[in-house]
Amino acid sequence: MASITMKDLVKAYGDTEVLHHIEGDINDGEFIVIVGPSGCGKSTLLRMVAGLETVTSGEISIGDKVVNKLEPADRDIAMVFQNYALYPHMSVRENMAYGLKIRKIAKAEIDRRVREAADILEIGQYLDRKPRQLSGGQRQRVAMGRAIVRNPQVFLFDEPLSNLDAKLRVQMRLEIRKLQQRLGVTSIYVTHDQVEAMTLGDRLMVLNGGYVEQFGTPIELYDRPATLFVAGFIGSPSMNFLPAEAKDGTLTLGNGATVSGGGHSTGAVTLGIRPEHLMHDENGPIGISVQMFEQLGANTLLHGVLEGTDTEIVASMPGHVSTGEGSVMRFSAEASVLHVFDAASGKRIEE
Amino acid sequence: MIENRPILNMISHAVLILGVVIVALPIWITFVAATHDPVRMTQAPIPMLPGGYFWENFTQTLFGGGLSGTESAPVWRMLLNSMMMALMISFGKIAISLLSAFAIVYFKFPFRMGFFWLIFITLMLPVEVRILPTFQVIADLGMLNSYWGLSIPLIASATATFMFRQVFLTIPDEMLESARIDGAGPLRFFWDILIPLSRTNIAALFVILFIYGWNQYLWPLLITTETDMTTIVMSIKQMLEAAEQSPQWNIIMMTALLAMIPPVFVVVAMQRLFVQGLTETDK
Ligand SMILES: Nc1ncnc2c1ncn2[C@@H]1O[C@H](COP(=O)(O)OP(=O)(O)OP(=O)(O)O)[C@@H](O)[C@H]1O
Ligand SMILES: [Mg+2]
Repeated sequence: MASITMKDLVKAYGDTEVLHHIEGDINDGEFIVIVGPSGCGKSTLLRMVAGLETVTSGEISIGDKVVNKLEPADRDIAMVFQNYALYPHMSVRENMAYGLKIRKIAKAEIDRRVREAADILEIGQYLDRKPRQLSGGQRQRVAMGRAIVRNPQVFLFDEPLSNLDAKLRVQMRLEIRKLQQRLGVTSIYVTHDQVEAMTLGDRLMVLNGGYVEQFGTPIELYDRPATLFVAGFIGSPSMNFLPAEAKDGTLTLGNGATVSGGGHSTGAVTLGIRPEHLMHDENGPIGISVQMFEQLGANTLLHGVLEGTDTEIVASMPGHVSTGEGSVMRFSAEASVLHVFDAASGKRIEE
Repeated sequence: MIENRPILNMISHAVLILGVVIVALPIWITFVAATHDPVRMTQAPIPMLPGGYFWENFTQTLFGGGLSGTESAPVWRMLLNSMMMALMISFGKIAISLLSAFAIVYFKFPFRMGFFWLIFITLMLPVEVRILPTFQVIADLGMLNSYWGLSIPLIASATATFMFRQVFLTIPDEMLESARIDGAGPLRFFWDILIPLSRTNIAALFVILFIYGWNQYLWPLLITTETDMTTIVMSIKQMLEAAEQSPQWNIIMMTALLAMIPPVFVVVAMQRLFVQGLTETDK
């Protein structure tokens, strides 16, 4: 078990810097999810921790040892790849045992560990099969088994579930979480799926364009997103952004409507309201010209624009709502769930 | 195509049979000629049915002096020489090209692509083009009339290096990465992962290279002067010209027959892997 520290970490390919001064402390036993859009540098960061990419500058430590210069095998980590990367010519058993064999661990001990991991993952009956004779989900388990038997200090996952179908993904997600809690191994998990990130992580590191936008618990990210990017990325359906002018504790929207809030700012801001925080209210300040309803069963998504403008806005209403297309419906929101961001920098302005 | 037209069926069968006959007839004649006595083979028309001298010709060819009236080695000796040469060439080529492809694909070193193109350019220099300098080198090294001399100049192979490079490039990078995490060093990765994954390609190449080595003619002719070192392919030609007498077809044909057996055996034995190696794409 070990903590991980990233200090002023930079990665550049030639002249292009793809990761900029990443800072982060990961506690012993914590499950960290790195999340962000495609190409933001998630895999690169993970692979730097694994030792598969060189560090341009900065420092990575695992436990209290700086590992910048260590080979992957000497970092006491295990990694699960997106395409599993099982050795196709070896049986499941050999795949799991390979790393142990290289470390010259006694045969009986290898057998015991493989058996134990196979029991945990319920792949005992496939031990003598080749990877190509397994389904995607089973291969995924074998890949995890290969990580478990090593008994490493750190697990690294690079989008391990993205090749599975939706249902299996949910199931495996739960299993990974349970497994990690049971083994208590510090883990870093990369995904671009914010639902996966929210459900798995103790803490989330949101990356965008090689910068850390925010590093915090799922609830912190949801309740107090530090930037417009995080606000839009976390939560589904994503947050509504309305341009506004702040003055003396009042926010004036594009159509002249006013909402109280934004007491700590003056000038151009962006008001963020989550669809689930818009309450149907005949006297509410926010009028929405309804364009379309989307029925989700338990609730209904209302798509429209802010009355008199063309700012798109989505509201989530409980139950079934289906009448009112073309009309204007009014909403209000409590002051405590309003998010105000600086329009120029996109940074959150604390209330 | 599954069509139920009797005439079409008959025609396609006829074409196929014709093809088989064209391919098989020379082999049949070789076999028939190897079963007659020398006198019968000089009379026209040549026989089309087997005679009764198979075993006599067989033992005389394989263990006797071969052609009567000449000083050639017994054919078993030639078979042995050819076998050694073909095996050394094919194993040597496979080993060298596996290693050079490994270096080119998996290691970053200065002038990597330069080396690759150097190897690649030698494709344009077959044995025949560089035969004189090669002969000089082998002679200076004192390797005339030895298995080393027979095989070493033919071992370096751009084709095989190139082929293995392509094979290695199809193996996903994650395979190397997970081996690195598992603690496998470069040689271990080569041995435990690359070789097994290239197994079918190695087999296919072995078949091709064995036949290539077995059929070498010009090079063995140049560097072997002792009868003990002659290979079977070159000696068939010599037999035709040997001893100012009419060719002893029964012995020559028996020799040809024997010369055919090892390549045929290799092809048949490795057929399944051979086809897999040439057609398989997924790793
Ligand atoms: N070998 C390389 N040379 C140059 N640029 C690279 C190299 N590898 C990655 N990059 C760049 O680094 C950036 C981050 O890549 P990375 O693979 O980490 O993205 P990612 O966040 O994992 O994306 P995805 O979700 O699509 O996997 C990308 O813009 C990519 O173009
Ligand atoms: Mg990635």
